[in-house]
Amino acid sequence: MTGPGAAIGPRAVETIPALQGGVAAARRRRPSGSRLFSWVIFIIGVLYFLVPLYATLEFSLRTKVPFAAYNNVLFKDKNFAGSLLYSGVIGVITIVVSLLIIVPTAYWVRLRLPRLRPYVEFVTLLPFVIPPLILVFGLLRAYASGPLALTGSELGLNALLVAAYTVLSFPYMYRSVDSGLQAIDIRTLTEAAQSMGAGWGRILLTVIFPNIRVALLSGSFLTLAIVIGEYTIASFLVRPAFGPYLALLGRDKAFEPAAVSIISFGLTWMAMGVIALLGRGSRTRIQVAGAR
Amino acid sequence: MTYLELTDIEKRFGETAAVTGFNLKAEKGEFVSFLGPSGCGKTTTLRMIAGFEQPTSGSIVLDGTDITYRPPNRRNVGMVFQSYALFPNMTVAGNIGFGMKIKGRSKDEIRKRVGELLELINLPDKGGRYPYQLSGGQQQRVALARALAIEPSVLLLDEPLSALDAKIRVALRLEIRQIQRQLGITTVYVTHDQEEALSLSDRVVVMSEGRMEQVGTPFEIYNFPATPFVASFVGTLSLLPATVVDGPGGRVKVAGQEIRIARPIEFAAGKTVSVALRPEMASLGTSTDGANNVQGRVTDVSFLGSIVRIRVALGGDGPVVALDEFNEPTLRLPAVDETITINFPADGPLVLDREAPIERVEELIAEA
Repeated sequence: MTGPGAAIGPRAVETIPALQGGVAAARRRRPSGSRLFSWVIFIIGVLYFLVPLYATLEFSLRTKVPFAAYNNVLFKDKNFAGSLLYSGVIGVITIVVSLLIIVPTAYWVRLRLPRLRPYVEFVTLLPFVIPPLILVFGLLRAYASGPLALTGSELGLNALLVAAYTVLSFPYMYRSVDSGLQAIDIRTLTEAAQSMGAGWGRILLTVIFPNIRVALLSGSFLTLAIVIGEYTIASFLVRPAFGPYLALLGRDKAFEPAAVSIISFGLTWMAMGVIALLGRGSRTRIQVAGAR
Repeated sequence: MTYLELTDIEKRFGETAAVTGFNLKAEKGEFVSFLGPSGCGKTTTLRMIAGFEQPTSGSIVLDGTDITYRPPNRRNVGMVFQSYALFPNMTVAGNIGFGMKIKGRSKDEIRKRVGELLELINLPDKGGRYPYQLSGGQQQRVALARALAIEPSVLLLDEPLSALDAKIRVALRLEIRQIQRQLGITTVYVTHDQEEALSLSDRVVVMSEGRMEQVGTPFEIYNFPATPFVASFVGTLSLLPATVVDGPGGRVKVAGQEIRIARPIEFAAGKTVSVALRPEMASLGTSTDGANNVQGRVTDVSFLGSIVRIRVALGGDGPVVALDEFNEPTLRLPAVDETITINFPADGPLVLDREAPIERVEELIAEA
């Protein structure tokens, strides 16, 4: 045999079709064992998520009358809508407060105090190591008497609940916002806005906020998810929130808790869909070229 | 009359002096470039004019007003960044009108002015586009229009063309100069590209290690460099270690061969100096009209398109001189290692007025 094939040997010749077809072709020709393994992992993953969901759905439908559990929860139990609405409103207020604290902090730390970043990160992680039970006891002890006695009124208790949830949201909100800020050149954008006469407030509202919109939405959604499902703090502050309602329902009823779980799952996916829709029009692509 | 004046500016970051002893007076409508290698302090100086950095000492006066400690949003200084820095969430028109909106101009006024500026930058139909829908050159044009929209007292440009490819860079720099002349706006331009600085500027400030090396017109900077650094940084230059043979007579010795200089040398005989020679000053062959003729060994022949650059080690293994020959079909090029004679006029070389720290100069050139 003559020619290049003979010179480079049969092993190299085998690779030539893959090279000619490019990387995609090479991927298509991967050994079938590897592909099978990938599919097995994928199917296990899907089953891990779907089997419990299906079991819950199946159980919620075991009532004598089809969808009776859903009917009871959605249309006969006033506490469902009331607690969900209450938690939703508290969640929105928490998001606003959290954004007002976290965004300027993360922005300023990135812009002017980068050395403080590890410390700020540490502080925002504290809710992971301090259990909600400790937090709520601390709040109750601090605000039960004295000049800041907030536990004596509905408004005071609601304010305490928002304050506690804001603290709980820090790890998620800070990380989301910080990632968003990392994706844009905030220093140059800030300086560009300053050179055109913009003050700090306007820079934050018209330049920074719109360009980290997706990050803000992600942080907000995570915060809302925490607030909707939180039980300990709401329960100790005796608030008519969704978490305590769920716990009560689980204690008293058989099929309804499963129905509520499915409804919550549906609402969660709706919220994620809203984020995807709002983020789709995002124009946060920045072409930053060269070095300073 | 002086419009922008920087007096005894010094900027320190901890122990490190980024800029020291910077003095500059710019006239209204003047185009001044800061030229130097990375880390020479040119961008820091520009940022002090913009207000993004505050000088450790010294003062900045703009149109008779001391703005040294005034915040950047109250200086009315337009800035164009290397990375364009357009607001991604706003359209081209939104970006250009941003500054005017802050100043409280009416919507009609903003629309009219944005239209004028889009015409000025030759992008009349791109007002509704977003920055990511534009090319790099178009984005930088928009950034320029945005900076001009606020009718700034001074226009500052921080390496605005560095991120663009060569052809667009040349086209855009001509546009920048044309627009600057048209509007008569005082402009400070930072660049490490000598060609950009020389072609655009009324005056060039060459900087090195936080200091001003020389201030002058492009002609002065290129033809009469004041220091070895300027001589080597601006244009291509061969720096040859030499010994003064006869100062008043203008004679020095390089690699054992005597060279005549048209001007008297102020150093005494025996002193080590640097002889600077530009490639366009030297030619191949022996001259009979009184020019210097020196011999050397060809070490390299590089084809650069319109010119051919030949490097010759004087005396065979001495310092290397670069010379340029115009490319033409009949040109006979020497071979590497061939011993040849080159010539240059007596007014070609410059003897620099201090002992040249050649290694440091080469280091700085490499960094640039």
